[in-house]
Amino acid sequence: MKYLSNTASLEFFPDRCVGCGMCVEVCPHGVFTMEDRKAVIVDRDRCMECGACAGNCAFGALKVDKGVGCAAALINGMISGGEPSCGCSGENKKSDCC
Amino acid sequence: MAELKFIKAGAQEREPACCGPVQSAQQSHAREEEWPAWATGTLMTDAGVIPVISTDLTASDHWEHLKCRTSSFRNDYSVAPGLYAVGTPDRNTDVFVSANYKLSFDALRKALKGLSAWVLVLDTKGINVWCAAGKGTFGTEELVRRISFAKLDRVVDHRKIIVPQLGAPGISAPGVKKVSGFKVCYGPVRAEDVGAYIAAGYEATLEMRRVKFSFVDRLVLTPMEINPAMKKYYPAYALIMLAIFGLQPTGIFFGDAFSGGLPFLLLGLTAILAGALVTPVLLPFIPFRSFAVKGWITGVLAVFLCMNFIPMAGRVNSVLLFFTYLFFPLASSYVALQFTGSTTFTGISGVRKELKITIPLYISGSVVSLILLLVYKLGEWRFI
Repeated sequence: MKYLSNTASLEFFPDRCVGCGMCVEVCPHGVFTMEDRKAVIVDRDRCMECGACAGNCAFGALKVDKGVGCAAALINGMISGGEPSCGCSGENKKSDCC
Repeated sequence: MAELKFIKAGAQEREPACCGPVQSAQQSHAREEEWPAWATGTLMTDAGVIPVISTDLTASDHWEHLKCRTSSFRNDYSVAPGLYAVGTPDRNTDVFVSANYKLSFDALRKALKGLSAWVLVLDTKGINVWCAAGKGTFGTEELVRRISFAKLDRVVDHRKIIVPQLGAPGISAPGVKKVSGFKVCYGPVRAEDVGAYIAAGYEATLEMRRVKFSFVDRLVLTPMEINPAMKKYYPAYALIMLAIFGLQPTGIFFGDAFSGGLPFLLLGLTAILAGALVTPVLLPFIPFRSFAVKGWITGVLAVFLCMNFIPMAGRVNSVLLFFTYLFFPLASSYVALQFTGSTTFTGISGVRKELKITIPLYISGSVVSLILLLVYKLGEWRFI
Protein backbone atom coordinates (compact mmCIF):
# COMPACT_ATOMS: atom_id res chain seq x y z
CA MET A 1 0.00 0.00 0.00
CA LYS A 2 1.22 3.48 -0.81
CA TYR A 3 0.03 6.87 0.28
CA LEU A 4 -0.28 10.04 -1.84
CA SER A 5 2.42 10.30 -4.48
CA ASN A 6 5.05 13.05 -4.58
CA THR A 7 4.33 14.40 -1.12
CA ALA A 8 7.15 12.96 1.01
CA SER A 9 9.68 15.55 2.16
CA LEU A 10 12.63 13.12 1.94
CA GLU A 11 15.86 14.59 0.56
CA PHE A 12 19.03 12.67 -0.25
CA PHE A 13 22.50 14.14 -0.78
CA PRO A 14 24.47 11.42 -2.61
CA ASP A 15 27.79 13.25 -2.33
CA ARG A 16 27.68 12.83 1.46
CA CYS A 17 26.77 9.14 1.34
CA VAL A 18 29.60 6.77 2.29
CA GLY A 19 27.59 3.63 1.62
CA CYS A 20 27.32 2.34 5.20
CA GLY A 21 23.88 0.91 4.52
CA MET A 22 22.31 2.21 7.72
CA CYS A 23 19.34 3.79 5.87
CA VAL A 24 18.61 0.51 4.08
CA GLU A 25 18.62 -1.20 7.47
CA VAL A 26 16.34 1.17 9.40
CA CYS A 27 13.79 2.05 6.71
CA PRO A 28 10.60 0.07 7.42
CA HIS A 29 9.33 0.47 3.86
CA GLY A 30 12.29 -0.35 1.62
CA VAL A 31 12.67 3.18 0.26
CA PHE A 32 16.43 2.67 -0.19
CA THR A 33 18.70 0.11 -1.75
CA MET A 34 22.46 -0.07 -2.23
CA GLU A 35 23.94 0.39 -5.69
CA ASP A 36 27.67 0.68 -6.37
CA ARG A 37 28.33 1.13 -2.66
CA LYS A 38 25.99 4.08 -2.37
CA ALA A 39 22.41 4.37 -1.23
CA VAL A 40 19.75 5.14 -3.81
CA ILE A 41 16.08 5.96 -3.38
CA VAL A 42 14.11 3.29 -5.19
CA ASP A 43 10.60 4.25 -4.17
CA ARG A 44 10.02 7.69 -2.70
CA ASP A 45 6.24 7.23 -2.49
CA ARG A 46 6.73 4.54 0.12
CA CYS A 47 8.35 7.04 2.50
CA MET A 48 6.21 7.71 5.59
CA GLU A 49 8.53 10.40 6.94
CA CYS A 50 9.34 8.57 10.18
CA GLY A 51 12.82 10.07 10.19
CA ALA A 52 14.67 6.84 11.02
CA CYS A 53 17.06 7.18 8.06
CA ALA A 54 17.96 10.83 8.65
CA GLY A 55 18.38 10.38 12.42
CA ASN A 56 20.69 7.40 12.02
CA CYS A 57 22.79 8.67 9.13
CA ALA A 58 26.10 9.67 10.69
CA PHE A 59 27.05 11.68 7.60
CA GLY A 60 24.05 13.95 7.18
CA ALA A 61 23.22 12.53 3.77
CA LEU A 62 19.48 12.46 4.43
CA LYS A 63 16.93 15.04 5.42
CA VAL A 64 13.24 14.59 6.12
CA ASP A 65 10.52 16.71 7.66
CA LYS A 66 9.81 14.09 10.29
CA GLY A 67 6.38 13.67 11.82
CA VAL A 68 3.50 11.33 12.53
CA GLY A 69 0.98 11.14 9.70
CA CYS A 70 -2.05 11.28 11.94
CA ALA A 71 -5.10 13.37 10.99
CA ALA A 72 -6.39 13.56 14.57
CA ALA A 73 -3.09 14.98 15.79
CA LEU A 74 -2.92 17.55 12.99
CA ILE A 75 -6.53 18.64 13.55
CA ASN A 76 -5.88 19.03 17.31
CA GLY A 77 -2.83 21.10 16.42
CA MET A 78 -4.94 23.33 14.16
CA ILE A 79 -7.56 23.85 16.85
CA SER A 80 -5.12 24.51 19.67
CA GLY A 81 -2.72 26.42 17.46
CA GLY A 82 0.14 24.34 18.83
CA GLU A 83 2.07 21.25 17.86
CA PRO A 84 0.18 18.28 16.40
CA SER A 85 -0.91 16.11 19.31
CA CYS A 86 -3.29 13.19 19.42
CA GLY A 87 -2.89 12.69 23.14
CA CYS A 88 -2.16 9.03 22.56
CA SER A 89 1.59 9.10 23.04
CA GLY A 90 1.76 10.04 26.65
CA GLU A 91 2.52 13.70 26.01
CA ASN A 92 -0.64 14.78 27.78
CA LYS A 93 0.04 12.66 30.81
CA LYS A 94 1.57 14.28 33.82
CA SER A 95 5.20 14.95 33.12
CA ASP A 96 7.69 13.58 35.58
CA CYS A 97 10.23 16.32 35.29
CA CYS A 98 10.47 20.12 35.58
CA MET B 1 15.56 -14.46 47.30
CA ALA B 2 16.25 -10.80 47.92
CA GLU B 3 13.22 -8.72 48.60
CA LEU B 4 12.28 -6.58 45.63
CA LYS B 5 9.93 -3.69 45.41
CA PHE B 6 8.08 -3.08 42.21
CA ILE B 7 6.56 0.18 41.30
CA LYS B 8 4.32 1.12 38.44
CA ALA B 9 5.52 3.74 36.03
CA GLY B 10 2.66 5.99 37.15
CA ALA B 11 3.68 5.69 40.79
CA GLN B 12 7.21 6.58 39.85
CA GLU B 13 6.03 9.76 38.17
CA ARG B 14 4.56 11.00 41.41
CA GLU B 15 7.93 10.71 43.11
CA PRO B 16 9.73 14.01 43.54
CA ALA B 17 12.52 12.82 41.28
CA CYS B 18 12.64 16.06 39.38
CA CYS B 19 15.82 16.38 37.37
CA GLY B 20 17.53 13.88 39.63
CA PRO B 21 18.23 10.31 38.71
CA VAL B 22 14.99 8.42 38.19
CA GLN B 23 15.23 5.24 40.17
CA SER B 24 15.01 2.00 38.31
CA ALA B 25 12.55 -0.70 39.25
CA GLN B 26 14.89 -2.70 41.35
CA GLN B 27 16.29 0.23 43.29
CA SER B 28 13.15 2.15 44.00
CA HIS B 29 11.64 2.58 47.43
CA ALA B 30 8.44 4.05 46.08
CA ARG B 31 5.00 2.60 46.59
CA GLU B 32 5.27 -1.13 46.82
CA GLU B 33 3.25 -3.11 44.31
CA GLU B 34 2.37 -6.72 44.20
CA TRP B 35 5.13 -8.89 42.83
CA PRO B 36 4.15 -9.26 39.15
CA ALA B 37 3.22 -12.77 38.06
CA TRP B 38 5.72 -12.55 35.21
CA ALA B 39 8.71 -12.02 37.54
CA THR B 40 9.98 -15.40 38.61
CA GLY B 41 13.09 -14.61 40.64
CA THR B 42 16.15 -12.45 40.96
CA LEU B 43 19.73 -12.39 39.79
CA MET B 44 22.65 -10.75 41.58
CA THR B 45 24.92 -8.66 39.38
CA ASP B 46 27.64 -6.04 39.87
CA ALA B 47 24.92 -3.45 39.29
CA GLY B 48 22.59 -4.87 41.92
CA VAL B 49 19.70 -7.27 42.00
CA ILE B 50 17.94 -7.78 38.66
CA PRO B 51 14.47 -9.35 38.37
CA VAL B 52 14.25 -12.49 36.25
CA ILE B 53 11.18 -12.61 34.05
CA SER B 54 9.13 -15.45 32.62
CA THR B 55 8.86 -16.04 28.87
CA ASP B 56 5.45 -17.66 29.18
CA LEU B 57 2.31 -15.60 28.79
CA THR B 58 -0.54 -16.54 31.08
CA ALA B 59 -4.28 -16.51 30.42
CA SER B 60 -4.52 -13.25 32.35
CA ASP B 61 -1.84 -11.70 30.08
CA HIS B 62 -3.91 -12.66 27.05
CA TRP B 63 -7.08 -11.29 28.62
CA GLU B 64 -5.31 -8.00 29.33
CA HIS B 65 -4.05 -7.87 25.74
CA LEU B 66 -7.62 -8.22 24.50
CA LYS B 67 -8.72 -5.36 26.76
CA CYS B 68 -5.85 -3.26 25.36
CA ARG B 69 -7.13 -3.73 21.85
CA THR B 70 -10.65 -2.69 22.67
CA SER B 71 -10.64 -0.14 25.47
CA SER B 72 -8.88 2.61 27.36
CA PHE B 73 -7.34 -0.14 29.51
CA ARG B 74 -4.31 0.32 27.27
CA ASN B 75 -3.73 3.83 28.63
CA ASP B 76 -2.36 2.46 31.86
CA TYR B 77 -0.76 -0.82 30.91
CA SER B 78 2.90 -0.44 31.71
CA VAL B 79 5.82 -2.12 33.42
CA ALA B 80 8.50 -0.42 35.49
CA PRO B 81 11.42 0.73 33.34
CA GLY B 82 14.82 -0.77 34.07
CA LEU B 83 16.88 -3.87 33.47
CA TYR B 84 15.43 -7.39 33.52
CA ALA B 85 16.93 -10.84 32.99
CA VAL B 86 15.65 -13.73 30.90
CA GLY B 87 17.04 -17.23 31.55
CA THR B 88 20.55 -17.21 32.99
CA PRO B 89 22.34 -14.30 31.31
CA ASP B 90 26.03 -13.55 31.96
CA ARG B 91 28.50 -10.82 31.09
CA ASN B 92 28.51 -11.73 27.39
CA THR B 93 24.77 -12.05 26.90
CA ASP B 94 22.86 -9.86 24.44
CA VAL B 95 20.94 -6.82 25.63
CA PHE B 96 17.53 -6.18 24.05
CA VAL B 97 15.78 -2.86 24.40
CA SER B 98 12.00 -2.52 24.72
CA ALA B 99 9.29 -0.03 25.64
CA ASN B 100 7.43 -0.10 28.93
CA TYR B 101 4.05 -0.70 27.27
CA LYS B 102 3.28 -4.14 28.62
CA LEU B 103 2.04 -5.37 25.24
CA SER B 104 5.48 -4.57 23.73
CA PHE B 105 7.30 -6.01 26.75
CA ASP B 106 5.21 -9.21 26.57
CA ALA B 107 5.90 -9.64 22.85
CA LEU B 108 9.63 -9.51 23.54
CA ARG B 109 9.71 -11.81 26.57
CA LYS B 110 7.57 -14.34 24.72
CA ALA B 111 10.00 -14.20 21.76
CA LEU B 112 12.96 -14.82 24.08
CA LYS B 113 11.65 -18.21 25.18
CA GLY B 114 14.49 -20.69 25.58
CA LEU B 115 17.13 -17.97 25.34
CA SER B 116 19.14 -16.01 27.87
CA ALA B 117 19.08 -12.26 27.53
CA TRP B 118 19.10 -8.91 29.27
CA VAL B 119 16.07 -6.75 28.60
CA LEU B 120 16.43 -3.01 29.06
CA VAL B 121 12.99 -1.39 29.33
CA LEU B 122 12.80 2.32 28.53
CA ASP B 123 10.26 4.64 30.08
CA THR B 124 8.02 5.38 27.11
CA LYS B 125 5.04 6.34 29.32
CA GLY B 126 3.36 3.05 28.53
CA ILE B 127 3.43 3.61 24.76
CA ASN B 128 4.59 1.03 22.19
CA VAL B 129 8.02 1.25 20.54
CA TRP B 130 7.03 2.73 17.18
CA CYS B 131 4.62 5.38 18.43
CA ALA B 132 6.99 6.34 21.24
CA ALA B 133 9.86 6.56 18.74
CA GLY B 134 7.74 8.86 16.58
CA LYS B 135 7.25 11.16 19.55
CA GLY B 136 10.82 10.80 20.78
CA THR B 137 10.02 9.21 24.17
CA PHE B 138 11.65 6.05 22.86
CA GLY B 139 14.68 8.14 22.03
CA THR B 140 18.41 8.66 22.26
CA GLU B 141 18.15 10.64 25.48
CA GLU B 142 16.02 8.09 27.31
CA LEU B 143 18.12 5.16 26.05
CA VAL B 144 21.37 6.75 27.19
CA ARG B 145 19.82 7.66 30.55
CA ARG B 146 18.45 4.16 31.06
CA ILE B 147 21.81 2.56 30.18
CA SER B 148 23.39 4.75 32.82
CA PHE B 149 20.73 4.11 35.54
CA ALA B 150 20.90 0.38 34.98
CA LYS B 151 24.72 0.55 35.15
CA LEU B 152 24.74 -1.61 32.07
CA ASP B 153 28.48 -1.19 31.65
CA ARG B 154 28.92 -3.09 34.94
CA VAL B 155 26.48 -5.86 33.97
CA VAL B 156 27.96 -6.79 30.60
CA ASP B 157 31.49 -6.74 29.16
CA HIS B 158 30.46 -6.10 25.55
CA ARG B 159 29.21 -2.74 24.28
CA LYS B 160 26.33 -3.68 22.02
CA ILE B 161 22.60 -3.22 22.45
CA ILE B 162 19.90 -4.59 20.18
CA VAL B 163 17.15 -2.06 19.56
CA PRO B 164 13.95 -2.96 17.69
CA GLN B 165 14.10 -1.51 14.19
CA LEU B 166 10.91 0.47 14.75
CA GLY B 167 12.70 2.34 17.54
CA ALA B 168 14.98 3.88 14.90
CA PRO B 169 12.84 7.00 14.27
CA GLY B 170 13.58 8.10 17.85
CA ILE B 171 17.15 6.86 18.14
CA SER B 172 20.33 8.21 16.67
CA ALA B 173 22.74 5.26 16.69
CA PRO B 174 25.77 7.54 16.24
CA GLY B 175 24.48 9.72 19.12
CA VAL B 176 24.02 6.76 21.49
CA LYS B 177 27.50 5.46 20.70
CA LYS B 178 29.05 8.86 21.29
CA VAL B 179 27.43 9.42 24.70
CA SER B 180 27.18 5.90 26.16
CA GLY B 181 29.81 3.93 24.29
CA PHE B 182 27.19 1.34 23.35
CA LYS B 183 26.76 0.42 19.71
CA VAL B 184 23.14 0.24 18.59
CA CYS B 185 22.29 -2.73 16.39
CA TYR B 186 18.85 -2.69 14.88
CA GLY B 187 17.02 -5.98 15.34
CA PRO B 188 13.97 -7.10 13.40
CA VAL B 189 10.71 -5.14 13.24
CA ARG B 190 8.73 -7.87 14.97
CA ALA B 191 9.79 -9.37 18.31
CA GLU B 192 8.70 -12.80 17.09
CA ASP B 193 11.63 -12.76 14.62
CA VAL B 194 14.25 -12.22 17.33
CA GLY B 195 15.09 -15.94 17.55
CA ALA B 196 15.62 -16.22 13.79
CA TYR B 197 17.63 -12.99 13.81
CA ILE B 198 20.04 -14.37 16.42
CA ALA B 199 20.22 -17.76 14.68
CA ALA B 200 21.16 -16.01 11.43
CA GLY B 201 24.17 -14.39 13.11
CA TYR B 202 22.40 -11.12 13.99
CA GLU B 203 21.29 -10.57 10.43
CA ALA B 204 17.72 -9.57 9.72
CA THR B 205 16.30 -10.67 6.40
CA LEU B 206 14.57 -8.16 4.16
CA GLU B 207 11.30 -9.71 5.27
CA MET B 208 12.12 -9.03 8.94
CA ARG B 209 12.94 -5.39 8.14
CA ARG B 210 9.63 -4.54 6.48
CA VAL B 211 6.49 -3.32 8.10
CA LYS B 212 3.38 -4.99 6.83
CA PHE B 213 -0.21 -3.98 7.28
CA SER B 214 -2.23 -7.12 6.79
CA PHE B 215 -5.98 -7.68 6.96
CA VAL B 216 -5.64 -8.87 10.58
CA ASP B 217 -3.31 -5.97 11.49
CA ARG B 218 -5.94 -3.56 10.23
CA LEU B 219 -8.86 -5.39 11.79
CA VAL B 220 -7.44 -5.39 15.33
CA LEU B 221 -7.05 -1.61 15.12
CA THR B 222 -10.68 -0.91 14.21
CA PRO B 223 -12.22 -1.08 17.72
CA MET B 224 -10.06 1.89 18.68
CA GLU B 225 -11.44 3.75 15.66
CA ILE B 226 -15.09 2.87 16.28
CA ASN B 227 -15.05 3.54 20.05
CA PRO B 228 -13.87 7.17 19.96
CA ALA B 229 -16.17 8.01 17.03
CA MET B 230 -19.15 6.55 18.87
CA LYS B 231 -18.29 8.38 22.06
CA LYS B 232 -17.19 11.70 20.58
CA TYR B 233 -19.69 12.36 17.82
CA TYR B 234 -22.60 9.97 17.98
CA PRO B 235 -24.44 11.05 21.16
CA ALA B 236 -24.54 14.71 20.08
CA TYR B 237 -25.56 13.74 16.56
CA ALA B 238 -28.33 11.45 17.82
CA LEU B 239 -29.68 14.15 20.11
CA ILE B 240 -29.77 16.71 17.30
CA MET B 241 -31.55 14.33 14.92
CA LEU B 242 -34.14 13.29 17.51
CA ALA B 243 -34.74 16.93 18.39
CA ILE B 244 -35.18 17.90 14.75
CA PHE B 245 -37.71 15.16 14.08
CA GLY B 246 -39.50 15.49 17.39
CA LEU B 247 -39.83 19.25 17.36
CA GLN B 248 -43.28 20.44 16.31
CA PRO B 249 -44.90 23.86 16.54
CA THR B 250 -46.89 22.56 19.48
CA GLY B 251 -44.04 20.90 21.39
CA ILE B 252 -41.70 17.94 21.30
CA PHE B 253 -43.26 14.66 20.30
CA PHE B 254 -41.32 11.54 21.17
CA GLY B 255 -43.29 9.41 18.76
CA ASP B 256 -42.29 11.68 15.88
CA ALA B 257 -38.74 11.88 17.17
CA PHE B 258 -38.33 8.12 16.94
CA SER B 259 -40.34 7.32 13.84
CA GLY B 260 -38.64 10.13 11.91
CA GLY B 261 -35.27 10.05 13.61
CA LEU B 262 -34.58 6.32 13.80
CA PRO B 263 -33.61 5.82 10.14
CA PHE B 264 -31.16 8.69 10.53
CA LEU B 265 -29.72 7.23 13.72
CA LEU B 266 -29.08 4.04 11.76
CA LEU B 267 -27.57 6.00 8.89
CA GLY B 268 -25.26 7.77 11.35
CA LEU B 269 -24.16 4.41 12.71
CA THR B 270 -23.63 3.19 9.16
CA ALA B 271 -21.45 6.19 8.34
CA ILE B 272 -19.24 5.55 11.38
CA LEU B 273 -18.91 1.85 10.57
CA ALA B 274 -18.19 2.64 6.92
CA GLY B 275 -15.37 4.98 7.91
CA ALA B 276 -13.99 3.24 10.98
CA LEU B 277 -14.46 -0.43 10.11
CA VAL B 278 -15.14 -1.09 6.42
CA THR B 279 -12.62 1.41 5.04
CA PRO B 280 -9.69 0.22 7.22
CA VAL B 281 -10.43 -3.46 6.62
CA LEU B 282 -10.85 -3.12 2.85
CA LEU B 283 -8.18 -0.41 2.57
CA PRO B 284 -6.12 -1.82 -0.34
CA PHE B 285 -9.24 -2.71 -2.34
CA ILE B 286 -10.90 0.70 -2.27
CA PRO B 287 -9.72 2.86 -5.18
CA PHE B 288 -7.57 6.01 -4.79
CA ARG B 289 -4.80 6.65 -2.28
CA SER B 290 -6.47 9.45 -0.36
CA PHE B 291 -8.13 8.22 2.84
CA ALA B 292 -10.77 10.93 2.60
CA VAL B 293 -11.75 9.71 -0.88
CA LYS B 294 -11.69 6.05 0.20
CA GLY B 295 -13.97 6.88 3.14
CA TRP B 296 -16.31 8.89 0.96
CA ILE B 297 -16.68 6.07 -1.58
CA THR B 298 -17.37 3.53 1.16
CA GLY B 299 -19.82 5.99 2.69
CA VAL B 300 -21.78 6.49 -0.53
CA LEU B 301 -22.06 2.74 -1.07
CA ALA B 302 -23.08 2.11 2.53
CA VAL B 303 -25.71 4.86 2.41
CA PHE B 304 -27.04 3.50 -0.87
CA LEU B 305 -27.38 0.02 0.65
CA CYS B 306 -29.05 1.46 3.74
CA MET B 307 -31.52 3.53 1.77
CA ASN B 308 -32.67 0.39 0.01
CA PHE B 309 -33.02 -1.63 3.18
CA ILE B 310 -34.10 0.77 5.92
CA PRO B 311 -37.76 1.74 5.62
CA MET B 312 -37.64 5.52 5.85
CA ALA B 313 -41.08 5.76 7.44
CA GLY B 314 -42.45 7.53 4.40
CA ARG B 315 -40.39 10.62 5.05
CA VAL B 316 -38.03 10.53 2.10
CA ASN B 317 -38.57 13.72 0.28
CA SER B 318 -36.02 15.22 -2.04
CA VAL B 319 -34.57 17.55 0.63
CA LEU B 320 -33.88 14.69 3.05
CA LEU B 321 -32.51 12.55 0.26
CA PHE B 322 -30.09 15.30 -0.70
CA PHE B 323 -29.10 15.68 2.96
CA THR B 324 -28.54 11.93 3.32
CA TYR B 325 -26.22 11.63 0.33
CA LEU B 326 -24.36 14.81 1.25
CA PHE B 327 -23.86 14.36 4.97
CA PHE B 328 -23.25 10.66 5.62
CA PRO B 329 -20.56 10.03 2.99
CA LEU B 330 -18.74 13.13 4.28
CA ALA B 331 -18.99 11.78 7.85
CA SER B 332 -17.61 8.44 6.69
CA SER B 333 -14.81 10.25 4.87
CA TYR B 334 -13.89 12.24 7.99
CA VAL B 335 -13.86 9.14 10.19
CA ALA B 336 -11.77 7.21 7.62
CA LEU B 337 -9.25 10.04 7.53
CA GLN B 338 -8.66 9.52 11.26
CA PHE B 339 -7.35 6.04 10.44
CA THR B 340 -4.20 7.66 9.00
CA GLY B 341 -3.02 7.78 12.62
CA SER B 342 -3.15 4.01 12.88
CA THR B 343 -1.64 3.01 9.58
CA THR B 344 1.96 2.05 8.98
CA PHE B 345 2.52 4.03 5.80
CA THR B 346 0.96 7.51 5.90
CA GLY B 347 3.39 10.43 6.18
CA ILE B 348 2.71 13.80 7.77
CA SER B 349 3.09 15.77 4.49
CA GLY B 350 0.42 13.64 2.81
CA VAL B 351 -2.03 13.96 5.70
CA ARG B 352 -1.44 17.74 5.77
CA LYS B 353 -2.25 17.88 2.07
CA GLU B 354 -5.46 15.87 2.54
CA LEU B 355 -6.60 18.05 5.43
CA LYS B 356 -5.93 21.26 3.54
CA ILE B 357 -8.36 20.17 0.85
CA THR B 358 -10.92 18.29 2.92
CA ILE B 359 -11.41 20.42 6.05
CA PRO B 360 -13.12 23.26 4.10
CA LEU B 361 -15.27 20.61 2.39
CA TYR B 362 -16.27 19.02 5.72
CA ILE B 363 -17.16 22.40 7.21
CA SER B 364 -19.16 23.66 4.22
CA GLY B 365 -20.81 20.24 3.83
CA SER B 366 -21.93 20.31 7.46
CA VAL B 367 -23.32 23.83 7.11
CA VAL B 368 -25.26 22.91 3.95
CA SER B 369 -26.51 19.75 5.69
CA LEU B 370 -27.83 21.78 8.58
CA ILE B 371 -29.54 24.22 6.20
CA LEU B 372 -31.16 21.28 4.38
CA LEU B 373 -32.54 19.96 7.68
CA LEU B 374 -33.96 23.40 8.45
CA VAL B 375 -35.49 23.64 4.98
CA TYR B 376 -37.05 20.21 5.48
CA LYS B 377 -38.40 21.25 8.88
CA LEU B 378 -39.83 24.51 7.64
CA GLY B 379 -41.42 22.66 4.74
CA GLU B 380 -42.94 20.16 7.15
CA TRP B 381 -44.40 22.99 9.18
CA ARG B 382 -45.67 24.50 5.92
CA PHE B 383 -43.71 27.71 6.43
CA ILE B 384 -42.24 27.41 2.94
